[in-house]
Amino acid sequence: MITDVNVNLSRWPFRRLPHDDPAQLVRKLRASGITSAWAGSFDGVLHKDLASVNRRTVEDCQTFGDGLLIPVGSINPMLPAWKDDMQRCQDDHGMQIIRLNPNYHGYKLDDPVFAELLGLAVEKNFIVQIALKMEDERVHHPLMQVEMVDATPLKELVEQHPKSKILIINGMKGLPKDRLIELAKTGNVSFEISMLEAVGGVENALKLIPVETLLFGSYFPFFYIESALLKMQESELGSFRSNAIFNGNAKRLLAET
Amino acid sequence: MIRISNAEIWDLHCHFSGVDGKTVDERIAQLMVYADRMNVDRLVFFMGWPWSTNPDPDEFRRQNDQVIQALTHWQDRAFGFAYLNPMYVKESLEEIERCIANGPLVGIKLWVSRRCRDEEIDAIIKRTAELKGVIYQHTWLKVSGNRETESTPEDLAKLASRHPDVPLICGHTGGDWERGIRAIQNHPNVSIGIGGSDPTAGFVEMAVRELGAERILYGSDIGGRSFSSQLAKVFGADIPEAAKHLILGQNLKNMMTPILKAKEIQL
Ligand SMILES: [Zn+2]
Repeated sequence: MITDVNVNLSRWPFRRLPHDDPAQLVRKLRASGITSAWAGSFDGVLHKDLASVNRRTVEDCQTFGDGLLIPVGSINPMLPAWKDDMQRCQDDHGMQIIRLNPNYHGYKLDDPVFAELLGLAVEKNFIVQIALKMEDERVHHPLMQVEMVDATPLKELVEQHPKSKILIINGMKGLPKDRLIELAKTGNVSFEISMLEAVGGVENALKLIPVETLLFGSYFPFFYIESALLKMQESELGSFRSNAIFNGNAKRLLAET
Repeated sequence: MIRISNAEIWDLHCHFSGVDGKTVDERIAQLMVYADRMNVDRLVFFMGWPWSTNPDPDEFRRQNDQVIQALTHWQDRAFGFAYLNPMYVKESLEEIERCIANGPLVGIKLWVSRRCRDEEIDAIIKRTAELKGVIYQHTWLKVSGNRETESTPEDLAKLASRHPDVPLICGHTGGDWERGIRAIQNHPNVSIGIGGSDPTAGFVEMAVRELGAERILYGSDIGGRSFSSQLAKVFGADIPEAAKHLILGQNLKNMMTPILKAKEIQL
């Protein structure tokens, strides 16, 4: 069983990606042994009509993959009526996971609106994915350079919301070590491996953070899905740790919602 | 486990980083454990530590000695390139004699101390080519700004037109590979090294389409990068199996064969 917590529907705005239509996406996920995929939408990064983005995400997840895809709703608190989007994610779509792109949406994590969003997410019992980046900053489009999200304010905020469930995505490259350790210690913050680098990345990350806080994520189809799969082979993990990362931790997070 | 059947894997781009050994012997042994797990057969190492972007001759000699030391126990699996600094042309030429003509190294690595469009580096290119050494030039194209002395793929294209008969490697494909591939596509003597950037899908497909599989070389840039993210670029690409074989190992083997033969190194 493999749960991939970082999958993306629709189109990346700056290039066509292999497998960026849902039928192909699902075929490749299955061929790669993925049994469950948490699927957000690239449209959530730049679109303003997030209600329709989230509806399309749900429709794709219902139409393709026979339950393989678990829809993830995009929320942008800089938009009017963002709380309506959150309400609809829960009431209309039965979503359990939402995704934020603070840097692309134009706010920092010490902005009061983020604290408000987090409070609401706790009330609704959402898992909150925060994407720290979408692409290596060195290769951004020249007219659209977006700095990585600074995760520093997160520790204090989750301490104020002891029931929050945060999953940092696209964060393992660039997140400073001490920040990673302090966030993992809160017990409310988890991470996924898509951007984890260096030889033996996973086994080395587990020297810093508990295995319960690390999940399998590929950032497919932006990244070749083989990257995350191979990382699980490059590290010597044993079956307990490897099952936890591949599936157990994601299942537990979802069961708590 | 993901593996391309029978593909021999030669890794163009390895450093002694990412592991905690005190000596270079300890570090290469630690890295080989990961190489074994990922079925990487042969590895090319260059530069020692700590990183030095503009090393004086004593420093690049010291770093090349680290590489030479590392190879002593791994002659069946590891190769080395000499790290040179083209700000010191005379000393770089002497280092080529010491490490390649009269030593075990089989190529050169040029990093970020001087842009390769500068004609002053031509003597280094010429002498390495005479010895049939492999020439690896780092290139990046950062929208956030290169170092002033850091080469871009366009710089390498200029170098390539001055030396149309010398095989050259465009390191990292400029990082921004969509631009990097285009910058060198009309220079058939340039191959690309695909290592040291994120495993962004579509990279190797575009490279095969524009350059042909023969001009693409797998390399990782370990230990700062993983083998996994870099192998994934080839394993995951939607290209023929034969193309994957070329990229993973055959192309580099072909490129190195002349100097290995000249040095009577048996494979
Ligand atoms: Zn390197």
